[in-house]
Amino acid sequence: MDLEYTAEQHTFRGEVRSWLAANVPDQPLQTFDTAEGFKQHREWEAILNKGRWGMVTWPESLGGRACDLIEWLIFEEEYYQARAPLRVNQNGIFLLGPTLMEYGTEEQKARILPKMANGEEVWAQAWSEPNAGSDMAAIRSAAKLEGDRYIINGQKTWSTRAVWADWCFGMFRTDPESERHRGLTFILVPLDSPGITVRPIAQLDGLPGFAEIFFDNVEVAIENRLGDEGAGWSVAMATAGFERGLMLRSPARFQETAKRLVELYMANRDSADGDPAVKDAVLRAYLNAESYCLTTYQTACRLNKGGKIGAESSTNKIFWSELDQNMHATAISILGARAELLPHAPAAQGVGNWLDGWLFSQSGPIYAGTNEVQRNIIAERMLGMPR
Amino acid sequence: MDFTFTEDQLLFQESVRDFLQNEVTCERIRASWETDSGRDTALWNQLVELGLTGMTVPEEHGGLGMTELDFVLLAQECGYVALPEPLVHTVMVAVPMLNELGGELAAEWLPKIAAGDARVVVGLQQCLLVEDAHIADLLLLQQGNVLVAATADQVFLKHNESIDPSRKLFSVEVQAGAQQIAEGEQAATCVANALNRGALGCAAQALGLAQRMVDLSVQYTSERQQFGKPIGSFQAVKHHMANVAVQLEYARAPTHRAAYAIANGQELAAYAVSHAKIVACEAANLAAKNSHQVHGAMGYTWEMDLHIFMKKAWALANTWGDTGFHKSRIGDRIFAPRAALGAGATFA
Ligand SMILES: Cc1cc2nc3c(=O)[nH]c(=O)nc-3n(C[C@H](O)[C@H](O)[C@H](O)COP(=O)(O)OP(=O)(O)OC[C@H]3O[C@@H](n4cnc5c(N)ncnc54)[C@H](O)[C@@H]3O)c2cc1C
Repeated sequence: MDLEYTAEQHTFRGEVRSWLAANVPDQPLQTFDTAEGFKQHREWEAILNKGRWGMVTWPESLGGRACDLIEWLIFEEEYYQARAPLRVNQNGIFLLGPTLMEYGTEEQKARILPKMANGEEVWAQAWSEPNAGSDMAAIRSAAKLEGDRYIINGQKTWSTRAVWADWCFGMFRTDPESERHRGLTFILVPLDSPGITVRPIAQLDGLPGFAEIFFDNVEVAIENRLGDEGAGWSVAMATAGFERGLMLRSPARFQETAKRLVELYMANRDSADGDPAVKDAVLRAYLNAESYCLTTYQTACRLNKGGKIGAESSTNKIFWSELDQNMHATAISILGARAELLPHAPAAQGVGNWLDGWLFSQSGPIYAGTNEVQRNIIAERMLGMPR
Repeated sequence: MDFTFTEDQLLFQESVRDFLQNEVTCERIRASWETDSGRDTALWNQLVELGLTGMTVPEEHGGLGMTELDFVLLAQECGYVALPEPLVHTVMVAVPMLNELGGELAAEWLPKIAAGDARVVVGLQQCLLVEDAHIADLLLLQQGNVLVAATADQVFLKHNESIDPSRKLFSVEVQAGAQQIAEGEQAATCVANALNRGALGCAAQALGLAQRMVDLSVQYTSERQQFGKPIGSFQAVKHHMANVAVQLEYARAPTHRAAYAIANGQELAAYAVSHAKIVACEAANLAAKNSHQVHGAMGYTWEMDLHIFMKKAWALANTWGDTGFHKSRIGDRIFAPRAALGAGATFA
């Protein structure tokens, strides 16, 4: 065990830091749940990609730096410290990208990955359906192979950023006789295809952060199938693994929130200490963010040495989402009467973006597989309890 | 950056695990409760033979010259079987204190510990009572601002019964003849380091205890049937256990980091230890609570083995610094002006 960064890792951190210092926009971008904000974030992806900082873990041939997981964690630490923009194409670069590298054909990789990397093509996920939420195996949207194309009919929902995204990926039932996990196929669909209707859905903040997608005889070339026909479930499980795991929610994000929470508490200590539970909640938040960081580093080191990650990755999803929710709940109680105010309200000094974060933190225990479903997985697959 | 244990460390853990699980059965623990001393000399001799008592004794004194980091995984295994013998105390607290004090005292006692010819315990004011004082040949005791070494005939002991029958606790009165071995800053440093090591020992054992309680509960709820099926198939029961698994999963790395920090004399060791102690003992306490719940009334009996582990978990949570002590140390660090916090600060 050696818990010091190597000289190379320090150098790498320095490079990331100075590039971000020179390139992160001075003014925060508008939220990507608006047309203008989406465009700004797309441009930011192009800038990142040009500097070869878009996806540092990708191979050099794809504009990456072939970084290992520790360098990835370092990159993220610098990224969040620099308050750089959120990643509008996270579904692409963090989830579909790695899945494509594992299951895609050479042609697919060459066609899709570069445009994903530079933000030219932003991706949405299309798993959920009105009657297939936690029970994803209940998917009914159908794709029928006719010659060299699939004809898709059905409906997806809750598709994040689909309003302005260019493509979506998801699972469709290709065998109409099949049930549950069988007969599903992983297909990539251009969202400008004829027959597609995207209907925005306003989220808690009133903005159209996700959307329904209706498919009415949508034709998709067979080249856009990922993996074999009928093998969708196992491909999708790989994607879901990336989502719960290290890639999407690296510790830096929560450590920065914890740090801001400590600062918020210190700045409002006199009033905050009126509720003796607050100090403890802040302390716990900080420790839990540290625990998340330490555990992630330990896992990353194990994976770097060829280790594998199993059902215990479900603990990860529960831990970060509940940590995030608790941190924001604490911030809200520190802010007191100001907490409900939107940032532009005249009396809203010092509220920062806690309210926004609070709203979003409510969704953490729901998306990427609800925490109840994760607990089922932990009990059955990690602990071996009876079904 | 390498946050993994070596092959050797993992193999050592495995062989000690096999030994402990074979030898330290619940029946053997219960048998030890029936004896006067509560201690099992035959078992201690086996631990000596495996070289375990001398793990942190330097090689020139007949030990293996290993560190807290080498021992932390073994301490987890001691927790898993609720080992009553003071192995963690010896390896993690008593021997390192002698190492720090050095000189004749160390030269005299370290070889004896490694050879199994003597037992040494440490008593700190923070701990209220002294563990296993009744079987100690030498006691290293904090007396205000000084440290004294007292042999068995230089102390007067009063037994204080614990809810955990495996824990043997004593108030100690030092009689004439005890020798002052450190004062001032040296004594304060020794005491602070001993407290950190003792707390690390608690954290590591708590991890093992929590795992054991989960394993017992998974087994019990897979066998016990109600409403025509195993109770472990009910989701409420599953989620009790999943909640423990989540906390436990995130308590290990902090504990391993604390061991590393102590073994490498890092400035953040005290903070790292307090972090580990809080999260590991919380995981063990949750394991106790939820395991008890899923055992139903059986969990409330003396006969069921679960309480062997629950009671140890409860005790460890509040000894070698209680929650208030450790949380206030965390607070001192993170609420300090200009504290280095946030992303990138963890290993800086
Ligand atoms: C902000 C946000 C973004 C999202 N983005 C996307 C996206 O981009 N693409 C996409 O496809 N989907 C997306 N989703 C949808 C998300 O994947 C689903 O909400 C999630 O899978 C749960 O499905 P559901 O909402 O239908 O809830 P339901 O499945 O109806 O669940 C409701 C409640 O019942 C519980 N429950 C259900 N089944 C069980 C069970 N077996 N055991 C115990 N409890 C159970 C759940 O845990 C939950 O508490 C998003 C959701 C949110 C909130």
